[in-house]
Amino acid sequence: MADPVLDLRGLSKAFGALKATDDVSLTLLPGEIHALIGPNGAGKSTLMGLVSGKITPDAGEVRLGGQDITALSVANRARLGLGRSFQVSSLIPEYSALRNVMLAVQARQGHSYRFLKPVMRDRPLRDEARAILSRVGLDSRASVEAAVLSHGERRLLEIAVALALKPRCFLLDEPMAGLGSEGTARLVSFLQTLRQEAPILLVEHDMDAVFRLADRISVLVYGRIIATGSVDDIRANAQVRAVYLGEETSA
Amino acid sequence: MDSTRKEWLLNALIATALLAVPLWALMANEPFIITLATRIAILAIAAVGLNIALGLGGMVSFGHALYLGLGGYVAGIAAHHAFSGTTVLGLPGTNQMLPIWAIAMILSGAVAGVVGALSLRTSGIFFIMITLAFAQMGFFFTLSWPAYGGEDGLPIFVRNQFPGLNTARPWDMFLLSYAVLIAALILFAMLRAARFGAALMAIRQNPDRAAAIGISPFGIKLVGFIISGMITGLAGAMMADLTRFVSPAMLAWTMSGELIVIIILGGVGRLFGPVAGAAILVGFEVFFGGLTEHWKLWLGLVLLGVVLFARGGLIGLLAGRAQNG
Repeated sequence: MADPVLDLRGLSKAFGALKATDDVSLTLLPGEIHALIGPNGAGKSTLMGLVSGKITPDAGEVRLGGQDITALSVANRARLGLGRSFQVSSLIPEYSALRNVMLAVQARQGHSYRFLKPVMRDRPLRDEARAILSRVGLDSRASVEAAVLSHGERRLLEIAVALALKPRCFLLDEPMAGLGSEGTARLVSFLQTLRQEAPILLVEHDMDAVFRLADRISVLVYGRIIATGSVDDIRANAQVRAVYLGEETSA
Repeated sequence: MDSTRKEWLLNALIATALLAVPLWALMANEPFIITLATRIAILAIAAVGLNIALGLGGMVSFGHALYLGLGGYVAGIAAHHAFSGTTVLGLPGTNQMLPIWAIAMILSGAVAGVVGALSLRTSGIFFIMITLAFAQMGFFFTLSWPAYGGEDGLPIFVRNQFPGLNTARPWDMFLLSYAVLIAALILFAMLRAARFGAALMAIRQNPDRAAAIGISPFGIKLVGFIISGMITGLAGAMMADLTRFVSPAMLAWTMSGELIVIIILGGVGRLFGPVAGAAILVGFEVFFGGLTEHWKLWLGLVLLGVVLFARGGLIGLLAGRAQNG
């Protein structure tokens, strides 16, 4: 088996008496989409926080490409190649779509302490950002402020920003949220191509999308992973059906 | 006309007016008006400094009087020792503005570095209070420091010198202040357009996002805060020379508030916001101050109106919303 790109080992985090994350181990292998599902309150957001660096674990470690990054800040993890999108669109609201992507390219290059040259006259920076925008189909909206973009467009811009970082793995937090069926279908096919660039850890509520995309699925309940396996394994798992899929599929 | 072009036109208009009015006063032999324009220019420089922290970085420093006062005392102390022929820390005094400005900026930058490193770990009201606390420490220190006048302040008997100019003449002092203001504005515009400005403004709007893409908010904000303090420190040295007097009042919390008021009146984060705001403030002080000693009440009403109805200040009112492209 190939070495995992992202390797979570025995992560635990408690808030008071609540064990939000309880001894979670999980790997993300090269080229795969690994989906993380679980009912509301299962601890998905906490786990994403632990991976991204927003939350410090009580125990366990996070390894990226074999390197222990548990002690690193959010910004330092991002610089090492952890590309994260947010559950609630989190862009720079007053910046145009283009400038949002340009900022991400600038961040990837690590050159933010440049004081004199105007960014808008930085051709390579602009051109690269423009190319990424057209990949996600937002080129016609390049000069529109992020705050004015539609919900679906903002989700696409989130992906464009993650792409601009050329990360070693993508951490996508509910990218389908609120997209509608057509938008979801477009994003599903886009994620199929995105996986060729870097593996994706996908937290998603949309079961259809998860079953179509994921190579492996992990099911999180009360902070613990109760099962990890292929789509068929998870569909067949009695425990998973009882705690999670039962309510979802009957609805 | 799009709002970017409107803003450039407005800026050019303000810059021209600030030059034309004292020029007229020079012809009409009205030195008082030249000195007023000089005061506007120097206050505007101080506010351009604050505008980097507050306008670009969203750091509401309620303690920028500290840097103004630091610059002022550097000018005062240097002149004091030059006048009496004594030394300070083994160094002779000087009556030359250029070395005074350099020392004022280095010292202000260093102090801003310490204040920023300690206060930028907080945000919101805590940041405001910590910056205020540091400025108050400076205020009470100067108040109880008898070597340089204590609460009586320190006079500068002869205005410090600048090569090629006779700084004792109001017009020369104005031209010098105007040139420094333009330089400060150019620096502000360059910083804002550069990668550094892109990162700093992004952090103001969404620090979590900035961190998630690998831009560490703390470092960028700290550098912005240091540059901000340095420019305000430079303005302090010039202010002391203009009034030929420096006192603890320069470090008072009301002075920090005044700088914030200037920026809000003119337009937060706007290039010419500090210039417009300083002109409004000084204008009020002169016109309404002549009519009533309660002119600050009327200024307060205008401020209230700006905050309620014209968030972009004067520049925003006339040129529309800021365009960040």
